[in-house]
Amino acid sequence: MTTKDVDLGRRQFLVRASTVVGGVGALYTAYPFLSSWLPSAKAEAAGAPVEADISKLREGEQAVYEWRGKPVFILRRSKRMVEDLVELNGKLRDPMSDDSIQPADAKNIYRSIKPEYLVVIGICTHLGCTPLLKPEIASISPSWLGGYFCPCHGSSYDLAGRVYKDVPAPENLPVPDYKYLSDSVILIGES
Amino acid sequence: MKDKSMAKSQKGLVAWIDARFPMTSLIKEHLTEYYAPKNFNFWYYFGSLALLVLVNQILTGIWLTMNYTPTAEGAFASVEYIMRDVNFGWLIRYMHSTGASFFFIVIYLHMFRALLYGSFKSPRELVWLFGMVIFLCLMGEAFMGYLLPWGQMSFWGAKVITSLFGAIPFVGESLVTFITGDYNISSVTLNRFFSLHVIALPLLIVGLVATHLIALHEVGSNNPDGIEIKNNKDEKGIPVDGIPFHPYYTVKDIFGAVVFLMVFCAVIFFVPEGFGYFLEAPNFIPANPLVTPEHIAPVWYFTPFYSMLRAIPDKLGGVIVMGASIAILFVLPWLDKSPVKSIRYKGAIYKVALLLFVISFIGLGYLGTLPPTPARTMFARLFTAIYFLFFIGMPFYSKWDKFKKEPSRVKK
Repeated sequence: MTTKDVDLGRRQFLVRASTVVGGVGALYTAYPFLSSWLPSAKAEAAGAPVEADISKLREGEQAVYEWRGKPVFILRRSKRMVEDLVELNGKLRDPMSDDSIQPADAKNIYRSIKPEYLVVIGICTHLGCTPLLKPEIASISPSWLGGYFCPCHGSSYDLAGRVYKDVPAPENLPVPDYKYLSDSVILIGES
Repeated sequence: MKDKSMAKSQKGLVAWIDARFPMTSLIKEHLTEYYAPKNFNFWYYFGSLALLVLVNQILTGIWLTMNYTPTAEGAFASVEYIMRDVNFGWLIRYMHSTGASFFFIVIYLHMFRALLYGSFKSPRELVWLFGMVIFLCLMGEAFMGYLLPWGQMSFWGAKVITSLFGAIPFVGESLVTFITGDYNISSVTLNRFFSLHVIALPLLIVGLVATHLIALHEVGSNNPDGIEIKNNKDEKGIPVDGIPFHPYYTVKDIFGAVVFLMVFCAVIFFVPEGFGYFLEAPNFIPANPLVTPEHIAPVWYFTPFYSMLRAIPDKLGGVIVMGASIAILFVLPWLDKSPVKSIRYKGAIYKVALLLFVISFIGLGYLGTLPPTPARTMFARLFTAIYFLFFIGMPFYSKWDKFKKEPSRVKK
């Protein structure tokens, strides 16, 4: 067989067709390896929603629950704490929560389903430290109406987890998906 | 028009790389202008298949290491976690365990090719020697890998093999403690075997495979007729019986790989335990240092050598014979005194000798999977003797044997 007997068109078709089939095979082979990086059944089970009993929470008190390795704050706010929130809008970076993470039913001024209870992930949106609850008036500064203060780099949030202007943190504290199983039990992690 | 400018900028890129790295010359030297004999047959698939299996072991091994725990407390459970909870963990595990057995199938057939066609003879002695060192590393790698699931067979197999070193006079017992790192096979042993299995030996094996191929490319491949194609070149300096490795053998090897993968996948998806030979039943029980399984045997690919060990009624003697059975392979290039390389031109003596050798090797392997009885031990001794006679007798019978004149051109 000499070169002039070769059907180049046929050869090109065969090479291209085989390459496509081989490429499909390579993708099928890669799929299990990539999929194995997703959370395993054990990780999914460990990441399942967590039930929080809020019946014993007093006004102004905060409980911390662990969900997916993260601290979740549940704060029972007083009526005054909720009413004060409106006054702060001018000092906040994102008062209407347009750029922050929260479920649809928490996109409001108090950032929760029911105004009385704030459910928020306690991880500072700057570099990840856990902010401290500072509810006492004037405890951080003369005009402080209560909120969260992050000791690492000085970011501060109000009692709805909304971030102040002129602090390092860029976003409001994220609100996880959650729902009320009853008046006294919140399920964190599921809407 | 677009094609022309793309080709031009590609040429520019290639030129840029070539000015800094011998890319085009390497491709020419080892692929497009590397001339291999045109008469490669079925037996010539196994080298490239071995490379494919090596890549498989490394990839699946890397992925297993992401979820495996190398401690006595956690190892067995981590393997179960991989099998049950990690997405496709079962598949990655089965690819690795099946791959280990297939590695030995491929390598034994690869080595057998050399026995058929005299591929170990001059000027390819170094190719053979590097290959033998790779074989040693592979056996070590497989042995250490087998400890990692920390099942009953893992533990007791390791116990038996490490205690073999105790047979060495004077230093034996200390040597066992040195290897084990503890007073028994323990988490210490597991952790260090893990390190050797995951990085030390793989690095070594990859380096040795590279040298094996470099040595091969220096002299060129042998072929089923055992004649040197470089002795007959055309006016351009190209062997008349040679064809460029790419595209002829790249394509042929891809075909071989596809057929191989079909068989490989059939096992992985339908009989991953290999009827109890690839994943052994006792290994589904966590290791228990206080309870020995009824029947300890090494994995099937070690059974020929294990058979020889058991056949000799002396601890040190058995170890020496087992070691000698591998060591003697190293000197093979110097045992074969035949003027021809390939079995095709050798006489009846070699054909009988090789047949007896194969029967003995397979026989030893089969006997090694069974508990010993007086009759089986007798056969094991007979097969061991034939195995060694194949080599020890070779300098003599290869001279006495008839031979046919080799052709000047390869047979079509």
